[in-house]
Amino acid sequence: MVPIIVFVVAAAICVAGALGVVLNRNPVHSALSLVATLFGVAVLFIAQDAQFLAAVQVIVYAGAIVVLFLFVIMLLGVDRAENLESEPLTGQRPAALVAGLLIGGGLIAVLVASTITGKHSSGAKVDPAQANVNQIGRLLFTDHLWAFEITSVLLVIAVVGAVVLARRGAPGSGADAVDAGIPADDFGEPASPDTVPPNDVEETVR
Amino acid sequence: MIFAGDPLLSGHIDLAVVAIVVLKTVLTFALLLVGTMFMVWFERKVVGDLQNRIGPNRAGPFGLLQTLADGVKVFFKEDLIPEQADRVIFKYAPLLSMVPAFITFAVVPIAGDFRHGHSGVVSIFGHRTLLQLADPPIGVLLVLAMSSIAVYGVMLAGWSSGSKYPLLGSVRASAQMVSYEAALGLSVVAVVLVSGTLSTSGIVSAQAPWKWNLWVTGVVPFVIFLISGTAELNRPPFDLVEAEQELVGGYQTEYSGIRFALFYLAEFMNTITMSAIIVTLFLGGPSGPVILGPAWIWGLIWFLLKLLIFLFVFVWFRATLPRFRYDQLMDLGWKALIPLSLGWLLLLTAVRVGDVEGWNPFLVTMVGAVVLVAAYGLLVLAMRAARRNRQLAEELL
Repeated sequence: MVPIIVFVVAAAICVAGALGVVLNRNPVHSALSLVATLFGVAVLFIAQDAQFLAAVQVIVYAGAIVVLFLFVIMLLGVDRAENLESEPLTGQRPAALVAGLLIGGGLIAVLVASTITGKHSSGAKVDPAQANVNQIGRLLFTDHLWAFEITSVLLVIAVVGAVVLARRGAPGSGADAVDAGIPADDFGEPASPDTVPPNDVEETVR
Repeated sequence: MIFAGDPLLSGHIDLAVVAIVVLKTVLTFALLLVGTMFMVWFERKVVGDLQNRIGPNRAGPFGLLQTLADGVKVFFKEDLIPEQADRVIFKYAPLLSMVPAFITFAVVPIAGDFRHGHSGVVSIFGHRTLLQLADPPIGVLLVLAMSSIAVYGVMLAGWSSGSKYPLLGSVRASAQMVSYEAALGLSVVAVVLVSGTLSTSGIVSAQAPWKWNLWVTGVVPFVIFLISGTAELNRPPFDLVEAEQELVGGYQTEYSGIRFALFYLAEFMNTITMSAIIVTLFLGGPSGPVILGPAWIWGLIWFLLKLLIFLFVFVWFRATLPRFRYDQLMDLGWKALIPLSLGWLLLLTAVRVGDVEGWNPFLVTMVGAVVLVAAYGLLVLAMRAARRNRQLAEELL
């Protein structure tokens, strides 16, 4: 009885949150709905005895990624309803519809028929006698070590790429706004923007 | 591996068990609320003493009821909501700062019998239980999760006010809290590595009676945790979030009446919770010598004494340290604390592996220290090179 109630409540929160992400006009409200969905999923993880996944779900997704979304929304000041009349890319909406239907159909096929992999989507059960941190750790660092290391390389590439992109304009254009607040002893005198036109600065640096 | 869990919930669950859980919930929350009330008084009184003035002394003996008087006053004040505000989020943001403090406090072992072989379990009404509200197997991760949720309260409060100073304050706050969470988490990893468990009562049991993580992990993670914990709390010297000389009142500028009071309370509540977490992780929580009488009472006494040390330390910080500048804050977090905690973690791991493999512990420590120093040298060289490049680029202009 209790597991069913927990499932229904958590699933309702998930679905309501997901609808909220799509239907809210205000991006901040959408981001908060996303947090609700993530929490619903975390509760479902706990109901399946996967406490570690639940905690990581909250720490990584709700605590870091959505915070970054909100951060960007606040910094860029796009927290107003967007004009939905014009399509940014032609044919984007029909394509999105088709792709969404395909993915949804695929998910349902995997869940219901289990014809694609020949197995049910859930593999082995969690061993209740061991803490699930141990079980995940053992699997991750033995059977799935290759995938794990590849993922870490991917993340390093992403970080390096972000740094390179962010520093490209320095110290003339965009990055200057940040540099201006930083004292001279650390980064040298900030360039005064009125002596050199921004275009020249970019040329010189390159 | 200590596989912890509350023995209360592992057996048959009858009405008495439910009653014990309800009682524990009420007691924990009451303890935190009353503690918060006295913390406000304690802070004002101690800061008063440190600044050579008297502090609150009108309401009740020694001004003890000052918080209550302030609470009553603030409750009857008008609750203003700015015209530009996002009304729903504006109303709920203060609650978002309070709830994480409560949830975090739920996993703190408050008392208990941590003598050899007892691992914190005591008997109440014929049921064996831990004296903490909840002991999930991922207790420490829950603490980290809640500290990352606490960002939302500050962030949404600033954004939903629809005004510029709160927005600036909340952008600062969220950058600061997200940055220091990394250092906080890495210093916790050292504790988890040494204790071999993520459950808070397991961590306390592993430290009893004198194997405190404070020295078992070699003091450095403790210092990092204390600094980044202060930054997470947005308390001085890291209170740029509400720097009144620059930002009026930061994220709470537009708040008034009871909602402002909620933020104020949340700050003190979080201070108590953070101190309790430090005590649990590094100072062996409620474990300590039992002199006479029931062991769990001594657990409570030791816990409260250790808690008081850190409450005083936080107040002391406030009274003595000047506020950091924003770039100094970020430098400290990213260029000092995070590399240091990563390096220290590697050193601890090396010592532990050497222990298992039977290597010479002295040699392992020496080699580890040399590698750490070399890595730090490389980091300093890299930062110097980056600075030189920047200066070069500017001279070219």
